[in-house]
Amino acid sequence: MNPQDFDESRRRLIKLFGQTAAAGALLGSGLPVFGSAKPATAAINTTGLAVTDTTVKVGILHSITGTMSISETGSVEAEKLAIDQINAGGGILGRKIEFIQEDGASDWPTFAEKAKKLLVQDKVASVFGCWTSASRKAVLPVFEQYNGMLYYPTFYEGLEQSKNVIYTGQEATQQILAGLDWVIKEKGAKTFYLLGSDYIWPRTSNKIARKHIVDHRGLQVVGEDYFPLGSTQFNSVINKIKLKKPDVIYAIIVGGSNVAFYKQLKAAGIDMTKGQTLMTISVTEDEIHGIGGENIVGAYACMKYFQSLDNPNNKAFVPAFKKMWGDDAVIGDVTQAAYLGPWLWKLTAEKAGSFDIDKIAAASPGVEFKGAPEGYVRIHENHHLWSKTRVGRARADGQYDLIYETADLVEPNPFPKGYQ
Amino acid sequence: MGGYSLTELGSIFTMQAFAGLILFSVFLLMALGLAIIFGQMGVINMAHGEFMILGAYVTFLCSHVFSHWLPWAYPGYFFVAMLLAFVASGALGLLVEWAIVRHLYHRPLDTLLATWGLSLILQQIYRSVFGAREVGVELPQWMMGSWSLSDTIQVQINGLFVVALTILITLGVFLILFRSRWGLQVRAVTVNRTMSGAVGINTRRIDALTFAFGCGIAGIAGAAFTMIGSTGPTAGQLYIVDTFLVVVFGGAQSLLGTIASAFTISQAQSTLEFFTSGSIAKVITLLVVIGILMLRPQGLFVLKVRK
Repeated sequence: MNPQDFDESRRRLIKLFGQTAAAGALLGSGLPVFGSAKPATAAINTTGLAVTDTTVKVGILHSITGTMSISETGSVEAEKLAIDQINAGGGILGRKIEFIQEDGASDWPTFAEKAKKLLVQDKVASVFGCWTSASRKAVLPVFEQYNGMLYYPTFYEGLEQSKNVIYTGQEATQQILAGLDWVIKEKGAKTFYLLGSDYIWPRTSNKIARKHIVDHRGLQVVGEDYFPLGSTQFNSVINKIKLKKPDVIYAIIVGGSNVAFYKQLKAAGIDMTKGQTLMTISVTEDEIHGIGGENIVGAYACMKYFQSLDNPNNKAFVPAFKKMWGDDAVIGDVTQAAYLGPWLWKLTAEKAGSFDIDKIAAASPGVEFKGAPEGYVRIHENHHLWSKTRVGRARADGQYDLIYETADLVEPNPFPKGYQ
Repeated sequence: MGGYSLTELGSIFTMQAFAGLILFSVFLLMALGLAIIFGQMGVINMAHGEFMILGAYVTFLCSHVFSHWLPWAYPGYFFVAMLLAFVASGALGLLVEWAIVRHLYHRPLDTLLATWGLSLILQQIYRSVFGAREVGVELPQWMMGSWSLSDTIQVQINGLFVVALTILITLGVFLILFRSRWGLQVRAVTVNRTMSGAVGINTRRIDALTFAFGCGIAGIAGAAFTMIGSTGPTAGQLYIVDTFLVVVFGGAQSLLGTIASAFTISQAQSTLEFFTSGSIAKVITLLVVIGILMLRPQGLFVLKVRK
């Protein structure tokens, strides 16, 4: 189209929309907009968020420095990919997404401070971020006070629900119960040894696991041990495990400790390819990258997503991710959950016909995303996701083979009765 | 302990003793470098963990180089890696001493701050160069798995390796410090710096070399720990607390104290871990150490030093 044509169509458009101030402002920006039924900014943004006629600002709030950057890098990458894809497809309500990235620096007060900056100063329409429960707990009051919207990607201990948060990862019962039932049924497991790093998520998760094993299934927990974050020596507990001979080692160890634990387990002659069953809910493909596939081969992990999932969505997602972030990129459970955030927000905004936080929060329940790499997900009334639980078995090359998945979506239940 | 046979208890006891021995070796190996520097120069090197991780990354690079270009030598790459780790960490130590530490002698609190800053800088450099994720260091086949003494007693090969390495390095350090001319000078400077200078010892040179030597040993420790721990930008932080605990508890100027302290702490911790749980064991160990340090602030062993 040459400039004259452009001017011509522009004149026609002005004639058409001339009466409404909003349309005047829209065209005054000088950017050509043709044929899109684009709602006026004033109509979809009544609370002064950073929405213009062509863009909408969002925040990405993860740790890119400090200890947690190991885990959070994948989430940042996934969120940027999703935003990129949404923009390539025309954006949301006719607006392209612009993101402002802030660094939580693995420090919880910093997370709260940056969240406040994003909401108050930048007036972002939504935030994709946080990883640890500690960081989420730190920003939660900020999001509730300044009425923001947070999409939180990590599987976590549950016992929380907020109008201002959409939890795209699993709460504890979604991740634990189906996996335990599977191992009890398939492996005939009778005795369990529970292990974890010493903080809220492993302790709450093991509490739920113990209740399920003992109270609901009438089986036995023969030991339960916790280690300070960052522990690197596990020989004593490995000896205890050898003495107690549990059918299943149930491990929720995180961070650098993970690497030490699996290396020492292997060195101690505990062979997970035959004989000993180990189930974990804390080792995704990301962690295996550091542990080394040969050290964890044969372990079972209970997640909702594995990179190796065989479905059309995932077949498109994995190459797209690798194209953007390199062939060496690995995609773990949380990375996939982070990818859901921008998409769910887009679908919700389109359903609500607005970027207003209150309307987004109200419209969220029932929003379904059919393009999710894990398959199909839907937002529950409690702002968590309906999703399937899957059991995978670690291969030597650092990927998981899918062994089992629940037939139906598992209902999120952040306040499980009988498990507290 | 009801329900267990005597053989079972016997083998668990053996393996538990071995677990304690491994922990002892790990503690000693990581504390040696720090003890040398702290003891001789009074410099608290907060970047000790990062010097270790440099050794770990050197090992990581070595494993790549060997598996791609020298596959026939792969089973022995670990020895080359340890040597290179020593050289790399030592060289960095020399540079750091020259650039930062030598300007801050007699200002212990400032060295604390400076080396802590250095540790943050190094962490971010590792992150930028190797990525934020942990890297997996592959081991040659012979170093993995365990060696069965009986049906129930398995001895970890990499554990044995760490124990042997620790013994060798400790012996080496003792030989160098107590049987070489340089060692004599180091000890002289430790005991009385001014007088050593007066009799013609180049204390500047001794300081620089000692710092580099301590850092080099940290590099070897880091290389060895790729077998049992993680290699990531911030992994050095995992070791630093235990390392300081061992050195301070042992008494700053005494290598023998470091050994005794590593032994006491490791045995206490591994026994307690067996009978309680990991977190509780740590709490009790720390409480006991604090209690003893309140009674003996200088640590277990003390060397008379003229300041």
